[in-house]
Amino acid sequence: MSNDVVKGPDKGMGVHGRRAVSYIVLILISFLCLFWFYVLFINATRSHAELTKGFTPVPSSFLITNLKNVFTGTLPVVRGMLNSLLIAACSAVLCTYFSTMTAYAIHAYDFKLKKFMSTFILAVMMIPAQVTALGFLQLIGKMGLDDSFIPLIVPSIAAPVTYFYMKQYMESALPLSLIEAARIDGSGEFRTFNNIVLPLMKPAIAVQAIFTFVSSWNNYFTPALVLHTDTKKTLPILIAQLRSADFLKFDMGQVYAMIAFSIFPVIVVYLLLSKYIVGGVAVGAVKG
Amino acid sequence: MNNSKGKVVRYNKWGYIFLIPFIVVYVVFQLIPLVSTIYNSFFENYRSGLTQVGPNFVGLANYAALFSGGKIWIYLKNTMIMWIMGFIPQIVISLLLGAWFSDPSLRLKGQRFFKTVIYLPNLIMASAFAMLFFTLFADTGPINSILMNLGILSSPFKFMSNVWSVRSLVAFMNLLMWFGNTTILLMAGMMGIDTSLFEAAQVDGATSTQIFWRITLPLLRPILLYVMITSLIGGLQMFDVPQILTNGTGQPAETSMTLIMFLNKHLFSKNFGMGGALSVFLFIVTGILSLIVFRINSVGNKD
Amino acid sequence: MKKKVISGLLVASMLAGMTIAAAPVMAEDAEGSVLNIYCWNEEFKSRLTDHYPGYEEVDATTGKIGDVTVNWNITPNQDNAYQNNLDENLLKQADAAADDKIDLFLVEADYALKYVDTEFTAPVTDLGLTEDELADQYQYTKDIVTDGNGVLKGVSWQGCPGVLIYNRAAATEVFGSDDPATVQEKVKDWDTFKATAAELKEAGYQVAASANDMFRVFSDNSSSKLVEDGKIVVSPEIQQWIDLSKELVDAGEVGTFDLWSDDWNKGFYPDGKVFAYFGPAWLIDFCMAADTEGSIAHDGGWAATEGPQGFSWGGTWICGAAGTDNPTLVADIMRQLTTNPEIMKDIVTADNDFVNNKTVMEEMAADESYGDAVLGGQNALAMFCAGADKIDRSTMSSYDQGYTEELQKAMKDYFEGNATYEDALQMFYDNLMVKYPELTVAE
Repeated sequence: MSNDVVKGPDKGMGVHGRRAVSYIVLILISFLCLFWFYVLFINATRSHAELTKGFTPVPSSFLITNLKNVFTGTLPVVRGMLNSLLIAACSAVLCTYFSTMTAYAIHAYDFKLKKFMSTFILAVMMIPAQVTALGFLQLIGKMGLDDSFIPLIVPSIAAPVTYFYMKQYMESALPLSLIEAARIDGSGEFRTFNNIVLPLMKPAIAVQAIFTFVSSWNNYFTPALVLHTDTKKTLPILIAQLRSADFLKFDMGQVYAMIAFSIFPVIVVYLLLSKYIVGGVAVGAVKG
Repeated sequence: MNNSKGKVVRYNKWGYIFLIPFIVVYVVFQLIPLVSTIYNSFFENYRSGLTQVGPNFVGLANYAALFSGGKIWIYLKNTMIMWIMGFIPQIVISLLLGAWFSDPSLRLKGQRFFKTVIYLPNLIMASAFAMLFFTLFADTGPINSILMNLGILSSPFKFMSNVWSVRSLVAFMNLLMWFGNTTILLMAGMMGIDTSLFEAAQVDGATSTQIFWRITLPLLRPILLYVMITSLIGGLQMFDVPQILTNGTGQPAETSMTLIMFLNKHLFSKNFGMGGALSVFLFIVTGILSLIVFRINSVGNKD
Repeated sequence: MKKKVISGLLVASMLAGMTIAAAPVMAEDAEGSVLNIYCWNEEFKSRLTDHYPGYEEVDATTGKIGDVTVNWNITPNQDNAYQNNLDENLLKQADAAADDKIDLFLVEADYALKYVDTEFTAPVTDLGLTEDELADQYQYTKDIVTDGNGVLKGVSWQGCPGVLIYNRAAATEVFGSDDPATVQEKVKDWDTFKATAAELKEAGYQVAASANDMFRVFSDNSSSKLVEDGKIVVSPEIQQWIDLSKELVDAGEVGTFDLWSDDWNKGFYPDGKVFAYFGPAWLIDFCMAADTEGSIAHDGGWAATEGPQGFSWGGTWICGAAGTDNPTLVADIMRQLTTNPEIMKDIVTADNDFVNNKTVMEEMAADESYGDAVLGGQNALAMFCAGADKIDRSTMSSYDQGYTEELQKAMKDYFEGNATYEDALQMFYDNLMVKYPELTVAE
């Protein structure tokens, strides 16, 4: 290692030194990333009484009891998971599919309002979701969509942020000549999009599908405003309900067990889709 | 000639067709609510107990009330401070990791593992995350007892009663939750850079630091812009983390109270008037700040 | 303009029509087949399941009383969700189908008037209960749910007089005795209490876990309403709480923890080094971790004494919703759970609750064989009975819940030195006015 350092001061630290530093930093970061899962797991194995006494790094023996309490309690937990799964999966599919379509419209075609539309979408990207929350709620009420999944799923079709990413990706990964070739072969526009463009966009779609799925899965703000019936509620709302249980039933062990239980499916989905992230998002998404 | 032009036009109508879903959904679920939010901001409209008050047209009274006392600027300042405290380390770490992962000379082992791990914190619900932090950093919590056992502290440090410790905790949590996301995006950008550029630079004797500053960074500009804008918007919407960490109080003395936390308070009384005015303010602020970011970027581009 | 007046009249007459229409429904014999109960937790459900004759549980959210299906609509209190949900449904009550109408709902002391002072709650006598039946109940439990016109709108099965619950070990260590009479001398008024706090500090104990523990003692004895005619008032008693708390916090004799937080809980264990908590029976029996090995309560290490001042804290009331299609059943539930001495005695023995029946409670207080294990076998019921008789809750306002929450939050910053008194007070006013936009600050 010292050899490398001696090699030349203008080369900075030698490659071994840099490698050592990066390993140390990466291990530290990984620890910071994984530590919380460890704490969650430990807490999920402890009883309420043990939890009130303070934190210990050693697991206890109440995991099964806690989980049993969660499932036999009054909250429809399994139903909540299915609701969350349905909403998150539909959102991810609709969001990625239609954002790709929107990006494709801007990327591949030349029409009068193109410039206007692309600027417009960029501009609306800057409107925070909460800004319209009040109006959104009133509208939902008027449309009779209160306490329904539709206002949680359908709006994801218009996701400017995802669109923006898809467009950037297309600019480097989707040559227009390819589309031209498809046309010459007689492929219809819609078919070209579905059969040629979508497969090429797979890595970008996977990345955005993860992002959308996770943010929908963990979303509390909007679902809490929209959903009222117990059997329609999503996991984050049920967790909040469990946390706010009164002093008679309040059980932190259950809360942690339920959090652990609700993280599990996202981890599975993430690991399934993560090969696209890990394998590098193919040919770079963005070129200067 | 005529024929081919007609063909292009025929194809291009598909541009409009493909935009339909976006536009329809956008208009229904975002534009109408946005317009009605703005409209509401000119009315007195809230619920007191079981009695509905309004809607009565009050002109700009809600805006006047919003700015009287100047608290709104303090909340904006809090939001920005906590965002910047989280964003700067986030972008630095993300760039560093991205550079390491994409640097072929480093040949890091276990990349698969590290790349998978960095996004994991994002999978934990913000509220659950905040709950964990709250427990760990409680006055009688484990962090305090560790610090006291090590002899670093003689009496427990009240993390939740100190301006900078609360803000740091919020920033740290946001950093942890979002740096993986940013790194993934930056990595994608870095891998798109033509490797022959690096090779050429190396042949010319450039150090990796030089390569990073002179080649990687400029080429990453568009994705950096994307990251900055989306993070800024996310930052202005900061809510769950400080809300749960401080139990909605923004303690101490409202120094960690964000704009959306304030908006959330107005939802208690179903105050569509004040909530609307606050939303419009937030909309304008976001617009201005995003414009500044865009402008800085385009000025840089001309160099 | 004219049009507006006419439509206003129309609305008014429709509203009047609705209330008139509601009355005959009550008188009818054929009653609804679904009883909808709105509440925020399982407590009332378990009371009904365990003590109401003929209640059968079907599943977690439904039950049966005879042919009537009981629907439990349980929404937690978090973020005001319970009240929001209840409000929405009460406002829709007039238009709701008979089976969807709310029949019975529960309220807590701090916001009882918000509902009691409206047309949405049915007078108890309209449902069929007589004043004689309620004669054994503590007067204050009726005052809280009596509207501005003197009409009683709800009943409760609990009484919530509070006492000072102290750590026997700490008392023995510092005062040389854990006898309630000795300890009472040490906390007989606030000046003595303050001196005792200093004495306890010397020995390494906090006099109470948090300044918020003492809040109820002062607010419950407030000489004026906390919100009077739409104006926020800091009454002399509230001011007294602020000043005393600041003094004790500055001296390091009491903490500033939020109630129910982990830090606040620590005093339930010997290592927490907390001398006393202020609270009613429910705090002793349900909150102090009596089931947990190693807790003070588990080993019967607490004892009760009157403390500097009597007070009450909390309580749950049963209200009948106006427009209910099951008035007879609602009345019978009220009757059985809040006036039937047999059932009430059962509740005391089975659940250790302090029930809202003077005769039963005084009988139990005189019972030498009754003792509370958490209090090391002490029978503190006489103390509770005396307290319950003296409680005066005529200064309730419908804003007390928001007032309490916002004041405690804001004053925490003052106690800890993060805000001046003026700033903290301004913060309190601002936040309370965000919650209730119609309020103003009293000059």
